[in-house]
Amino acid sequence: METRAETKTDARITFTLNGESRSVITDPDRPLLDVLREDLHLTGTKYGCGEGECRACTVLLNGESTPSCLTPVGSVNGQPVLTIEGLAHGDKLHPVQEVFLAEGAFQCGYCTAGMILGVASVRQKNPAADEAEYRAELQKHICRCGGYPKYLSVIRRLAEGAQTEKARI
Amino acid sequence: MTPASSIKSSQAPDPEYDLQHPLECVGYDFGLSRRAFVKGLGAGLCIAVSLPVLAQERESGQRSRNTFLGTGAQNLAARIHLGTDGSITVMAGKVEAGQGARAELLQAAAEELRVPVSRVRMMLADTDMVPDDGMTAGSGTTPRTVPAVRRGAATARNLLIAFACGQWTLEHAAVEVRDGRVVHRGSNRSLDYADLARSVGTAKLFQQAIPADIELTPIKEWKVLGTSVSRPEAHDLVTGAHKYPSDIARPGMLYGKILRRPAYDAKLLSIDLAPARAIPEVIVIRDDQDDQFVGVAASTSFRAERALAAISDTAKWGTTPQSSGPRPSGSKPSSKDLFDYLRRNAEGGPPSNPFANGPSVAKTLRRTYNVPYIQHAPLEPRAALAEWKDGRLTVWTGSQNPFGVRGELARAFHLPEDQVRVVIPDFGAAFGGKHTGECAVEAARLARGAGKPVSLRWTREEEFTWAYFRPAGVIEAEASLDAQGKIATWYFININSGPNAVDTPYSIGKTDCRFIPSTPPLRHGSYRGLAATANNFAREVFMDELAATADSDPLAFRHAHLANPRLRAVLDAATSHFRWQERANRKDPNTSVGLACGTEKGSYVAACAEIEIDRQQKKLKVRNICEAFECGAIVNPGNLLSQVQGATIMGLGAALQEEIRFENGRILNASFGEYRVPRLEDVPELDIHLINRPDLPSAGAGETPIIAIAPAIANAVFRATGASVQALPIRI
Repeated sequence: METRAETKTDARITFTLNGESRSVITDPDRPLLDVLREDLHLTGTKYGCGEGECRACTVLLNGESTPSCLTPVGSVNGQPVLTIEGLAHGDKLHPVQEVFLAEGAFQCGYCTAGMILGVASVRQKNPAADEAEYRAELQKHICRCGGYPKYLSVIRRLAEGAQTEKARI
Repeated sequence: MTPASSIKSSQAPDPEYDLQHPLECVGYDFGLSRRAFVKGLGAGLCIAVSLPVLAQERESGQRSRNTFLGTGAQNLAARIHLGTDGSITVMAGKVEAGQGARAELLQAAAEELRVPVSRVRMMLADTDMVPDDGMTAGSGTTPRTVPAVRRGAATARNLLIAFACGQWTLEHAAVEVRDGRVVHRGSNRSLDYADLARSVGTAKLFQQAIPADIELTPIKEWKVLGTSVSRPEAHDLVTGAHKYPSDIARPGMLYGKILRRPAYDAKLLSIDLAPARAIPEVIVIRDDQDDQFVGVAASTSFRAERALAAISDTAKWGTTPQSSGPRPSGSKPSSKDLFDYLRRNAEGGPPSNPFANGPSVAKTLRRTYNVPYIQHAPLEPRAALAEWKDGRLTVWTGSQNPFGVRGELARAFHLPEDQVRVVIPDFGAAFGGKHTGECAVEAARLARGAGKPVSLRWTREEEFTWAYFRPAGVIEAEASLDAQGKIATWYFININSGPNAVDTPYSIGKTDCRFIPSTPPLRHGSYRGLAATANNFAREVFMDELAATADSDPLAFRHAHLANPRLRAVLDAATSHFRWQERANRKDPNTSVGLACGTEKGSYVAACAEIEIDRQQKKLKVRNICEAFECGAIVNPGNLLSQVQGATIMGLGAALQEEIRFENGRILNASFGEYRVPRLEDVPELDIHLINRPDLPSAGAGETPIIAIAPAIANAVFRATGASVQALPIRI
């Protein structure tokens, strides 16, 4: 709600969200997930379990794949947060989104944003990441529809792409 | 808790209505008096539904049958809308929960309209806008709704042809429809659907009923059906733009929370609401008619949680869940003594084996199989946003049953159905677990009390506790073998979990296969394949034990009893791709193989599994699964593959990990930390073979691929250890 009354526990929290500086005045104990969804109306980040077990709520905090359901918004003060809404550049999808789209790597799609951000974090940290590095990240995510064979296709394509790229250099 | 009703006992399940709906809707006991209702919402809006009529319908089962199948489109206008701007909108009462319904229905429409899929907009599951196509359940979209949409689209195409031929005074044979235009071959003149829409007589023509016998495009001429059309919502799924029920917002909306009982049979004695009322921007909702209902609505979820926590601490409950004395649930069992309880409470007691005193036979074998409660655990827990406006109720929610939820809301609030609108945005999966509207009703109660729209999103713990479960079951099996090692008699009784696939697909002289209801201690309902998961597990594991008793190979033993050519075909495909004979002959003490097959809802499946066993650690790992699946003519191969992969992996969870533990009316493992579902590293190498049968009608595919997984793995364990597996999840 935009018109939330300030209470004595509220604080001003400023962070970089998808490349832009944003300020919210709120209780710093609120989960980042709630603030993204309810205050900033970015609903691509999903609630799945509230205990960091499913990672539907994944965002990139300082580039690290992070469960936003367990992250108090106060703790992101001054830090960069990337959500699924900030991954593409305008109409140009991020390469990881492109591969998910090309492979049809989704069923209900509720875990998809978290999966994509998890994979993107591995790729951003190490553009030459191999399959094992991607697998370690994806092991943290639950897809209850059982779409894992498609995610394997995605990360194999990314890992092979990195190999081809390396060979060319 | 509300006692779950039992599945209707049936020896011969109706193939149309598959009896997978053992669930009784929650009984709402907050019925408003008429006076209170009129006071609350204003006079003139209350047209009370005649309760005796509802009761009669319920008794006859007609209502649930109507809910399941729906009424379909009353006329062509209810199915297809042609815009004068050239737009084409097709309406269907199905929901999209990840299974690919929208893409398939688009294909159906595009095929018969002779337009590219990109020209068609598909509108799903908004009770004000679309025809009632029944529940999205029982693998019914492919065999029933795809043909219904095709009939509507073919009718519209014929109207376009008739319109053009009328304009040009030509015979129908002189024109053809391609790329959305009717073209006169001789002159190349053409008209399109927008021209038809602009024609004065069209509106009247669209009032006609869709002919049931209209000619559809033969499979050999399919151009759109039978291809891997991708999901139209794909782009929004990867950008996060796709809106789920938990994402929908309305102006002035609040976030709701419900006070939950600490145990199923706990009763609220008293509560102090003052601590919540003291928090700014919080509304506490109590229902004068129902002292057990307490909810809060607040400007943020966090605030609502805080408010709920503040009053929860003051609540006094009628039972003490941790009491060490007699259990508050009386004779209700825990998960430890569940199976004895189900057997003891079997209606009329388990029937005795009618073949027990028959002519002497060579050998007999008797086994009991136990299958636990499990949870669907869709990744999006139940969510609903309710808004009251001018006495009319609109609810956005994730349910497989849009018109059923509309009825549930209408009954709960004593409204005529046309005063309730249910909109089902695409939602985060269901697997048979979202046939009901309890979250919708709760959100509507909160919204009514708050006087504002309220979004209620269940937590994971609530979903694990207050949604319904796949029924637990006990299966008693007894068979006799004749001197030739063939099955002479077969007795197979399912207690509690349901009749689906209870009959054996094998050719056996004398059989007695039955489902017997019990008194389920937990609220249970549908699931992916429902009781076919339990029945096929028990049957296929029993078949392997009988094969061993007969000194026969599991594959040869099945072949000796298998006349059904479609089931044989998938079994042969799976075993040949898996190289069954070669792998079965391998002598590696830590590796084993097993196979299983089955049929349900008109489709056929067989699976072979290779497992690795660590006897010291008592651990098993599934290394490889080869599955063959056949469901008639394939409508969308890409989507079908996803469904088969997904069902296979879900089957792995049920086979190896999933089991609801409960005690004293509480679920003990109501979290993903304690209730493990399959993750990436649990997935073995998968080798899936889809068998296309263009000569056969298309059956649904979302469920049956699951039913061969657990028994194939169990049979591999039996082969390795010689100890039969008699319960799920499998333990060694």
